[in-house]
Amino acid sequence: MKIAISAAGKDLDSQVDPRFGRAAGFVIYNTENKTSEYIANAQNLNAVQGAGIQSARIISGTGAKVLITGHCGPKAFTALKAAGIKIFPGADGTVREAIMKLATDNLAEAAGADVAGHWA
Amino acid sequence: MNEGTIIAIASGKGGTGKTTVAVNMAAALSRASISVRLMDCDVEEPNAHIFLQPIMTSREGAFVSVPVVDEEKCDGCGRCGEACRFSAIVALGAKAITFPALCHSCGGCIMACPKKAITESSREIGLIEKGTSQGIEFIHGYLKIGEAMSPPLIRAVKKQAAYDGVTIIDAPPGTSCPVIQAIRGSDYVILVTEPTPFGLHDLDLAVETVRQLGIPCGVVVNRVGMGDARTHDYCAVNDIPIIGEIRDDRRIAEAYSRGELIIDALPHLQEEFLGIMTRAKTGMRKKERKGELL
Repeated sequence: MKIAISAAGKDLDSQVDPRFGRAAGFVIYNTENKTSEYIANAQNLNAVQGAGIQSARIISGTGAKVLITGHCGPKAFTALKAAGIKIFPGADGTVREAIMKLATDNLAEAAGADVAGHWA
Repeated sequence: MNEGTIIAIASGKGGTGKTTVAVNMAAALSRASISVRLMDCDVEEPNAHIFLQPIMTSREGAFVSVPVVDEEKCDGCGRCGEACRFSAIVALGAKAITFPALCHSCGGCIMACPKKAITESSREIGLIEKGTSQGIEFIHGYLKIGEAMSPPLIRAVKKQAAYDGVTIIDAPPGTSCPVIQAIRGSDYVILVTEPTPFGLHDLDLAVETVRQLGIPCGVVVNRVGMGDARTHDYCAVNDIPIIGEIRDDRRIAEAYSRGELIIDALPHLQEEFLGIMTRAKTGMRKKERKGELL
């Protein structure tokens, strides 16, 4: 299974980026072979609108089925749900620590957006 | 003033006196027996009606087109999302989903869909009210609370423009899309400013915007006597005519705060507003109008 983590840097020792839509990038961690890859998110970081929706599309394109992040707004939530991705917000520390928290059941799956949208 | 004349009132900085100039100029023209129409295009916070107290005679909804996806026909190919610059439609999972609040109603997704799975539906974004006050034909738009995009409603308000008389457009503050939508197509733009560093800074942005649109403009300096001389210097250096000055006067502020017209509080201002109109007319370009007015 692949897990996407919004991240401020490229590897497992980078800090979790608390923003989802406008995260610096995403670390995609593969739980089967324990490898990770990085996808930069500069384009959405600077988007005028719809950053969360486009970030959801990027995550969906990697094949990840789980997302760990800090916060998730309403449109990103809708988009991620449509893509069949489970959302675990409230993460902090390093990417590695966040993955450990998920593995040890210390992160709760979101039932809805945990922050308000920027537009409507 | 037999043929139609459209004058937009804009500012850059908020709170410089756009609405004060718009409503008092409309009233001054009406009292001088000139046919005048006021369109409040500051649809996010319209306030001209507070000063003119129009009796409203009609009220109708304003709608924008948004896409609807037929899930039977959609195979999730994602072409619609590639066509959309605003992330208002995106294919995720097996189907396309829409975010109507982000949609700019361009219709691109409908053209891009190879399965013809997308059709147009409409969504109400605000209201247009029409009425009369003191012989002035009054029109304004009211954007629904929570709506992010005002330009489609401003466009709908401006469709009410006519070929006769004087049309005064009260534009929103700033220099972004709603302002462009409000002032585009007008014969002249009056930029209202105050002689302060903030007023000057935003006046400069507004001048640049109006010049890019190719519309002649003049400046009305409000609250003359406060601030400094830099605004006047700027206009001289940049060859922008100052077509009116309103002095900083406590009696004006008092009348304004009571929702009254300043030409009632200080009757000599009636002539000043007619003079602003005459000077604006002098600076106007001649143009041929074809088809839709604005």
